[in-house]
Amino acid sequence: MRPFHYERVSEPVKAIAIRAVAPNGRYLAGGTDLLTLMKDGVECPDHLIDINDLPFRHIELDSDELRIGALARLSDVADAELVRREYPLLTQSIEAAASAQVRNAASIGGNLLQRTRCPYFRSETVVPCNKRTPGSGCSAIRGDQRTLAVVGTSAVCSAAHPSDLAVALVALDAHVRLEGAGSTRTVALRQFYQTPDTAPDQDTILRPGELIVEIVVPRLDPRTVGHYAKVRDRASFSFALVSAAVVLRRDGDQMRNVRIALGGVAPMPWRLPAVERALEGTGLDLRGVAGALETILADARPLPGNQFKVSLARAVVHRALQLAAGAA
Amino acid sequence: MTIRPQSGHRVDGLVKVTGRARYAGDVAAEGVVFGCFATSDIPAGKVTSVDTTDAEAEPGVVRIWTHENVPRLPKLTHAAAGESLLPLQTDRVTFEGQGIALVLAETLEAAEEAARRVRATYEVEPAQTDFRMALDQRVVIDDWAPLSTSVGDFAAGLGRAQVKVDQSYRTADRHHHAIEPAAVLAIWDGREMLVHDSTQWGYGVRAALAQVLGLPPTQIRVVSEYVGGGFGAKGSVWPYEVYAAVAARELGRPVKIVLSRSQSFTAHGYQPATDQRVILGATEDGCLTAVRHESINPTAILDDHIEHGTLGTRSMYQCPAIETQEHVVRVHRGSPTFMRTPHEGPGMVGLEIAMDELAYALHLDPLELRRRNYAEHDPTNGKPFSSNALRECYDIGAERFGWARRTHPPKSMRDGNDWVGWGMGNALMGTFRFGASARTTLTRDGRVRIETGSQEIGTGTRTTLPLVAAEILGIPADRITVSLGDTNLPEAGGTFGSSTTIGVGSAVREAATQLRHRLNQLAAEPGLQPHEYGEVLALRGLDQLAAEGGWAPSKESGNFAMFAFGAVFAEVRVDALLRVPRVTRLVGAYSVGRVIDPIGARAQITGGMIWGIGQALMESSTMDHALGRYVSKNLTGGLVPVSADVPDLEVHFADEFDPHASPLGARGVGEIGPVGVAPAIANAVFHATGIRIREVPIRVEHLMGEG
Amino acid sequence: MPTGRITITLEVNGTPRVIAVDPRTTLLDALRECLGLTGTKKGCDHGECGACTVLLDGRRINACLTLAVMQEGHRVTTIEGLASGAALHPVQTAFLAQDAFQCGFCTPGQILSAVGCIAEGRATTRETIREGMSGNLCRCSAYPEIVEAVFLAATQPGSP
Repeated sequence: MRPFHYERVSEPVKAIAIRAVAPNGRYLAGGTDLLTLMKDGVECPDHLIDINDLPFRHIELDSDELRIGALARLSDVADAELVRREYPLLTQSIEAAASAQVRNAASIGGNLLQRTRCPYFRSETVVPCNKRTPGSGCSAIRGDQRTLAVVGTSAVCSAAHPSDLAVALVALDAHVRLEGAGSTRTVALRQFYQTPDTAPDQDTILRPGELIVEIVVPRLDPRTVGHYAKVRDRASFSFALVSAAVVLRRDGDQMRNVRIALGGVAPMPWRLPAVERALEGTGLDLRGVAGALETILADARPLPGNQFKVSLARAVVHRALQLAAGAA
Repeated sequence: MTIRPQSGHRVDGLVKVTGRARYAGDVAAEGVVFGCFATSDIPAGKVTSVDTTDAEAEPGVVRIWTHENVPRLPKLTHAAAGESLLPLQTDRVTFEGQGIALVLAETLEAAEEAARRVRATYEVEPAQTDFRMALDQRVVIDDWAPLSTSVGDFAAGLGRAQVKVDQSYRTADRHHHAIEPAAVLAIWDGREMLVHDSTQWGYGVRAALAQVLGLPPTQIRVVSEYVGGGFGAKGSVWPYEVYAAVAARELGRPVKIVLSRSQSFTAHGYQPATDQRVILGATEDGCLTAVRHESINPTAILDDHIEHGTLGTRSMYQCPAIETQEHVVRVHRGSPTFMRTPHEGPGMVGLEIAMDELAYALHLDPLELRRRNYAEHDPTNGKPFSSNALRECYDIGAERFGWARRTHPPKSMRDGNDWVGWGMGNALMGTFRFGASARTTLTRDGRVRIETGSQEIGTGTRTTLPLVAAEILGIPADRITVSLGDTNLPEAGGTFGSSTTIGVGSAVREAATQLRHRLNQLAAEPGLQPHEYGEVLALRGLDQLAAEGGWAPSKESGNFAMFAFGAVFAEVRVDALLRVPRVTRLVGAYSVGRVIDPIGARAQITGGMIWGIGQALMESSTMDHALGRYVSKNLTGGLVPVSADVPDLEVHFADEFDPHASPLGARGVGEIGPVGVAPAIANAVFHATGIRIREVPIRVEHLMGEG
Repeated sequence: MPTGRITITLEVNGTPRVIAVDPRTTLLDALRECLGLTGTKKGCDHGECGACTVLLDGRRINACLTLAVMQEGHRVTTIEGLASGAALHPVQTAFLAQDAFQCGFCTPGQILSAVGCIAEGRATTRETIREGMSGNLCRCSAYPEIVEAVFLAATQPGSP
C-alpha cells in the first residue's frame, strides 16, 4: 500500500472541505472494498478521510419513504425489523451478498460505490484496463469474458457492476441523496451510474468530493411483493453471474406496476422497461409471460464467453417472478 | 462401520481451538527482516534492467536483490526441489510470477510496498502458455512411473468389440489453496541455520538447503510445529524457502517470507489441466475387450511434472488389451506439482465418465458394468492385489445410497423444479510407501513419548501414532505423546502420497516393539504387565528408556499391486429453469486396508469428497494466454467450496487387513477421498439432465440451452 | 509522503492496549505483529477466506479489511480472549467435541465467526448455519463437523 495521510472527521462539512483540497483523497467508510483495491495498487490515495463518525447511520420509515443513512452497515439494514417487514427484498439482496463478516463492516453507501469485479481491473499487477488506466486498452474483451457485462457496454469497457443491493434498490426506484461543497442533490439510483463511454474510470455521476449521505426508498403499496434471485458458481459467498430483483403489485389475479432489475449483466443495475410494460396486467399464474421473457436482453451484445448470461437472465427473471407472484 | 466424532479425539485439538498452535508465520524473532518478491509481469524473455530507485525510497528497506547483485547460488538439484532454477540467478524469465527481485525490509508494509514499486524492463520473447495450442510439441520424459504401458492386442480387442466409446475429456488447472499461505522464517546464528517452515517435508528442506547453502545437513534444522494445510504445495522445496535462508545468512538477521495469496498462484506449483482421450470397446454383455487412455498435461520450460492421468486405467478393470500413453507439453508457466489427488484425481475423470457412457451405450446399469469388469488381479502387470475389497464397497455403497431405486433413463427422476440425477464413479489410488524411523521413550511415570521427524498438516499424525504405539505397548493412547516437525528428530519422509500412517506408523510400531522387548529383558520376571513399566525403570535405576525403530517396504511386498479403492455414489439436483448443478448427497465406500483411526480417516475422506465437489463444479484457475498469466489470483475468482456447497456425506470402510502393504494392515487414506467424486457427479448430471459434459468443472453455462 | 506512526488505543480481549501503528497497518497485522496475538490468521488479506475473523464490539468482521487506526477506542475479541481462564468458550468445546478442524489454521476464525453467527440468531438449523458460516473457508474441508459443532453450541443448554 502507498503511504497516505489518515484523518478522522465527525462533521460532514469538514470532510467535504478536506476532500476539496485533497484531489487524490478518498473517503473511508467500511473500507471493505477500498482497502483491497489499495492493497492491489488499483487505488493509491494519498489521503484517507475516515467518515465513520458522521451522523449517517439512521434507518427510518415514515408515511412516504424509507431513509437509510449511507454509513449504516449492510447487516444493520438487513436485520432492521422495519426493513424485514416492509422491504424484505432489501434483506434478501443483502443476505445474498458477500459474507456475514463483510456485511457487518461494509457501509450501504460504499456498497453502491464498490468497483467492478472484472479480474483485469483488480489484477494485483497492472494489465491494460481502461477503467483502471483510461486509454490503456481492455484486456477482458479478448480475454476471460465469463463474468463481463452483456449490455450497456462499450468498445472500451465491458465490466459489470457487482452489487446485489443496488439491483434491489433500482427495482424499488430508490434515490440517493448527495452532499458536496455547498450543494445537496437527490438523484434516482437508476441515473446514478453511467455507461463506460467517454470516462470508463468513472462508474457514477458522483462529482469529486461529493458524499452519498442517504438512500431513500419510496413506500410500497401493501399489495406489493418482490423477490431477489441470484445465480452464482457456488452456493454462497460469491458474486452473481446473473441476478434479478422483481417487484410487482398483486391486483386480483393480475400483476401491476412490475419492476425488474438485473444484476451481473451491465455496468449498473439494468432495468427492463419494455418487459415491465409487457408484463403489466398479465396473470399471477405466469401463463402468457413467455413471450415477454423472450425479449429480455434481446438488445444485448454478449461476447462468446458470456453468451450464456442472456438465456440465464431470462431464466432468473422467470424464477424471480414465480417466487414473487407465488406461482413457483 | 458408522463413525461418530468423540470429544477430544484429536490430541492437538486444544491448542488448535485456542489459537495456541504455532504455525511458521506465527513465530517471532528479534530483529526480523521481512522479505517480499517482486515478480515478472511477462511469461518469457530477459530482464534487461531492474529499477529499484522508487522501491528504495520506501522507508525501512534494508536491501533489494536483483539478478545483478544477488549472491550466486548453485542450481537446486536435490530431488526435493519443486523448481530447479532459482529466480534472480539469471536474467531469463520463463513464467509470469517468477521472482525478479527480493525486497528485504524492516516491516511487512514496507517490504510489500517496495516490492510493488520495483520496475523492470524486459526483452520480451514469444510465449506459449496454452498447452492445447502446442499439442504437436508434446514430449515424453522419464519419470518414476512409465509414461506408456501396453498389454494385449488393443487393435484386435477393439476389432471384436460390439459397442465402443471414443471420447475426449478435460480437467482444469487448479491450485492447492491451503488457507495458510506458505511461510518461512530463517535464523542464522553464524553456525547453524534454524528454519521455521510451513513444509510437508522438513527433511527434504534440510537436504535441499544443505545443497544450495553448501552446509552439512547437521548444521541445518528445519522446524514445522503445525502446517496450515499443504495438499502438495508445501511438499517440495521452492525458491522462497531457499532465499529466506540465503538472506538470513547474508544479513545476519532473521528473515521471514510469507507468500501473499496472489503469489501463491505462481510460487509453489499447481495441478495441471489434462486433456484425455479414452477408447473403450466391449462385448454386448458389457465385458471390456479393449481400453486405450491418453493423457496430456502442461509442464514448465525448465522442469518436469507429469500428471500421470492414465495410472488408474492401467489397474482398474479387467480387460485383455489395455494401452496407456502420457505426454507433456512445455509452456511458459511455473512448474506444476503434486496436488491432492495427483494422477488418478484428474485421470479417473476421463475413465469413469467413459465407463458411464459405455453403460448407456449398452443399456446397462453403470454399477453392474463395473461389477462385470471387476479385476481379480492387476490387469496390466498381472500382480495380485495386496488386498482389495472393492466388491464389498460396491455392495455397501449401493445399499446405503439406495442405488437399486434408481431409474436408468436420463431425466427420469424429476422432483418439483429439479431434475434429480444419480451417478457413480470408481475411485482408485496407488499406494506410496516411504521408509521412516522413530524413537519411543518410556519415563518412570509410565508415559511414552514418540519422536519422529514427520509433520502434522491436518491429517492427524499426532493422533494416529499413539494409537499404533498403544496397541503394541498395551497402555492407553492418552499416555502417549508425540513430538514431530523437527529435523533433530529421527528421519521420516514427507507428509504426502497418503504415506504417513503406513511408513511412520510402521516405524513407530517397530520402535514400540523394541521398547517392549527391552522392557521385558529388564523385567525381574516374565509376564511383564503394561502397568508395571514404570516400576521396571525404577528397579533398574533408570529415569527413562528409549528404543528406536525403522521401517522400509520389503522387497517381497513389491510382488503385489497396491491400491486404495472406493465406489462413490452422487446425487445432484439441477433446477430445470436455472440449470445450476448442486450436489445434494454423496456416499462413498472404501477399501483402504485396516483403518487405524476411524474418526480421523473419516474426516480425511469427507474432506476429500468436498475437494471432489470443488473439482466437479467450480475449481479452475483460468489463464489468460494473451497476457500469459492467471486471470484471478485470489479466492474470489478462483473458487473453492464453502459450507453451503456441502451436502450430507456418508463414508463407509470395508473391514479389511492388508498383510502386504504394511505391518499395520493399513494402506493410504488421505487422498483416495477426492478420486471418483467428480466423475460420479458428472455422471449424475447426465442422469439428471440428459446432457453429457466431458469436462470439469461443470458450470451453469454447460447446461443452458439444451434439454 | 507524510505518514509517521499514529498512536491508538484498542481494547483487546478486555485490556486497553496502546500501540503506535503505520496508518497502513490493518487491524489483523496490528494484532499479529504489534501485539503478538498470532491466533488470528492471515489467509488471503482480502476478506475472501475468513481466517482473520475477530469480534469488533461483539460483531464478527474480517480483521484484514479494516485499518487499525479506524478502530481507535473499539473493543476487539480474538481467539486468545475467548476462553475465560481455563474454561473454554462453549463454541471451543463444541469444536473439540465434533472434531471440527483438521490443520487448525482456519479454526480461530471459524470459532469467532461461529460465536458471531450464534449471537446473530442465524444458527437455528444446519441449513442456516451452512449459509451463515460460508464466509469462512476450510480447505481441509471439515465443514460437516464445523456445522455440527456450531449446531451443538447454539442449541445446547447454557449456550452463548
